[in-house]
Amino acid sequence: MSDLQTFREETRDWLETNCPPEMRKPGDICWGGRNPSFSHPDQEIWLEKMGDKGWTCPTWPKEYGGGGLSYEENKILQEEMSAIGARSALGSFGIWMLGPALLEFASHEQKLEHIPNIVKGKIWWCQGYSEPGSGSDLASLSTKAVLEGDEYVVNGQKIWTSNANYADMIFCLVRTGPQDPKHEGISFLLIDMDQPGVEVKPIKLISGKSPFCETFFTNAKAPKENLIGTLNEGWTIAKRLLQHERSMISGMGLGSGNSGQKSKTSALAQLGKKYAGSNKENKLSDSILRTKIAKHDLNSRAFGLTLQRMGEEMKSGGPSATASISKYYGTEQNKSRYELMLEAMGTNALGWEGEPFSAEELAITRDWLRTKGNSIEGGTSEVQLNVISKRVLNLPDK
Amino acid sequence: MSLLLNEEQQFLKDTAKEFLQKNAPISHFRDLRDSKDENGYSKEIWKKMAELGWAGILVSEKYGGSEFGMMGLGGILEETGRTLVPSPLFSTALIGVSFLELAGTENQKNEYLPKMASGDLTTAFALEEGPRHSPVNVSTQAKRKGKDYIINGHKTFVLDGHSADVLIVAARTSGETHDEGGITLFLIDKNTNGLNIERTHMVDSRNSSEIYFKDVVVNEGSILGAPDTGYPVIEEVLERAQIGLSSEMLGSALEAFERTLEYLKERKQFGSVIGSFQALQHRAAIMFTELELTKSAVVGALNAVDENSNDRARFASLAKFKAGETLHLVSNEAVQMHGGIGVTDEFDIGFFLKRSRVAEQIFGSSDYHIDRYATLSEY
Ligand SMILES: Cc1cc2nc3c(=O)[nH]c(=O)nc-3n(C[C@H](O)[C@H](O)[C@H](O)COP(=O)(O)OP(=O)(O)OC[C@H]3O[C@@H](n4cnc5c(N)ncnc54)[C@H](O)[C@@H]3O)c2cc1C
Repeated sequence: MSDLQTFREETRDWLETNCPPEMRKPGDICWGGRNPSFSHPDQEIWLEKMGDKGWTCPTWPKEYGGGGLSYEENKILQEEMSAIGARSALGSFGIWMLGPALLEFASHEQKLEHIPNIVKGKIWWCQGYSEPGSGSDLASLSTKAVLEGDEYVVNGQKIWTSNANYADMIFCLVRTGPQDPKHEGISFLLIDMDQPGVEVKPIKLISGKSPFCETFFTNAKAPKENLIGTLNEGWTIAKRLLQHERSMISGMGLGSGNSGQKSKTSALAQLGKKYAGSNKENKLSDSILRTKIAKHDLNSRAFGLTLQRMGEEMKSGGPSATASISKYYGTEQNKSRYELMLEAMGTNALGWEGEPFSAEELAITRDWLRTKGNSIEGGTSEVQLNVISKRVLNLPDK
Repeated sequence: MSLLLNEEQQFLKDTAKEFLQKNAPISHFRDLRDSKDENGYSKEIWKKMAELGWAGILVSEKYGGSEFGMMGLGGILEETGRTLVPSPLFSTALIGVSFLELAGTENQKNEYLPKMASGDLTTAFALEEGPRHSPVNVSTQAKRKGKDYIINGHKTFVLDGHSADVLIVAARTSGETHDEGGITLFLIDKNTNGLNIERTHMVDSRNSSEIYFKDVVVNEGSILGAPDTGYPVIEEVLERAQIGLSSEMLGSALEAFERTLEYLKERKQFGSVIGSFQALQHRAAIMFTELELTKSAVVGALNAVDENSNDRARFASLAKFKAGETLHLVSNEAVQMHGGIGVTDEFDIGFFLKRSRVAEQIFGSSDYHIDRYATLSEY
């Protein structure tokens, strides 16, 4: 038996023994933190088991608490987890964004301090990039950090900070050097949210939910050990982290791209049949909708294969500018999937609350509104196309 | 399943690129077109292709082939799409060989496959009877008479029909037009009495023909496979053909795109290269993204054939759909982004537009495959 086959069997056995029954059903994913909330006791058990094994971050080095798995081993782990319907034990910006950047740019001491806590879900991280005057033009940011003695004193405002109202710490882009050239005076700083100098105000979205906030810094403090990488060279880290963010977000484009394992019919097509009906030949009755859904499914399939192919090409190298391709396509695809759900469901998808709408229908309506943010967060679709033009196709600036 | 070429397949593709760029660049295709070459392709180039082993890639080793599979052939077809070189590769090495490998009797395999692998015998597949792809639209009749069959009817858009040595003909031996049952495949020599083959001149200047059958008499020994059961074989071969053609179309799309990208970096207006204009940059980025998706769909499909995946049918539609959409988009944008020069005959970019539309129609347009995919997915 090959090493990988042995690994597969061991993994299967371990999951069988350790994955609690409740965690083999779909449901919410735990975000950890200093004061974690668990929607079910099994969630806590699952987080502890997976965190101890480092399998919340399977490919990170063992030295810092990660799983130390190779690309192939991780693929097997994911396959075995999905085979029993196991959900992720932990989700967080620490896993998807900060951790990979720390592994690449932080000192050994900084890694020892922060990475094991990400793996075990002990700290909830949020992202302090955008400001009221600096969105797509992120490098124009103006939140200032000044070194006074052994700590940085931070003043300024961030906006659209997802989950700032729950987060324990924030990874922040701050200006520590000159405004011009704008990319050269930026540093990457970790700031504790639990202090008087930090204030957050939730912002309400068109979906009615408040997943993000305004974040105000008034003489907020951060020890100087919390500066990652070199002073004034934080932009390199910022961009790299964005690539990780983009490749993470792009996964949502797979939504209905069924891999042909369980049902041949995509969830989207099933929904279409449910609301629009089928004819005698078991085809979706609304032939125009059927065409649109099939086209969407085909593109999802091609997109899924593309993510797989890019993964194989990069192996352990991590994402590159090609992350912009998947960020752009994945988010546009996710938006179009929800538009098609609305089209299929008619007025049943347009309720805001109460009767006669089912909970599932109301959720779809709200989620549809949420998807509009997909092509904005992490850099807009237009910005992704700019990155592809410039970094991948090498088209010049004017 | 891996979506990357292995070393052997990559080597084959690299060799093909080198050979074609040197021996059969687009100017070679232009020469054939301008000289109204009677054959429609260069026999000399085909001989060299066969020497490189391309004609026998799908042929079993015991009949003189290499069994390199669709991943191997796909890489080569992609490169032929770049230079638009016409050759019997598609009709013979892919379609003809697949028919014999999948349905031929031992005798037929012995008779045909070695000659096909060496490039000495070419075939054409006579299927369509109308202007839009429909594999069940077969009304050409083959009536049994003793040990013979007498064939009457008309086939259209037969690729390589006028140059092939042997025709593979789908004819009806029972049932009605549009029935899947009752279709029989025949191997018919081009010199058989009663055959009238007329070359068609298509917009892409590639080989195609109309074939008229008037009391064509063939022996029952020329049946490929068994009578009345040709349809499943046709389906399987069509899937391979759709996937192989998608590789070729991907190559054409990549070439048209890369030529356009070069032009964007070269042509100046308003004091800047036109590639600095965001209106063009974003369209280029979208094309690039679509090309990446197409690559994945095509390689996934090639792989599905080699691995004998039970999802091969849907993969074939995925590849042809995506290749059709992308080549359509890129060939249009390529012309537009070249401005006036893009619509001149002297400039090569228009060849991709012309080839695109014909290739899109061959064995099902993107719309055809959207419908087929939905049906195969049970909705
Ligand atoms: C759901 C959600 C969650 C978010 N979470 C976070 C978070 O946790 N932390 C954080 O820091 N930020 C977060 N953001 C902020 C996000 O990164 C910004 O909204 C985004 O970068 C766009 O900036 P902006 O909103 O200022 O839009 P603008 O930059 O003002 O853009 C407005 C429009 O102009 C277009 N545009 C701008 N520049 C160009 C150009 N050069 N070429 C062509 N078009 C251009 C844009 O594409 C857009 O259509 C979140 C956003 C959303 C929607």
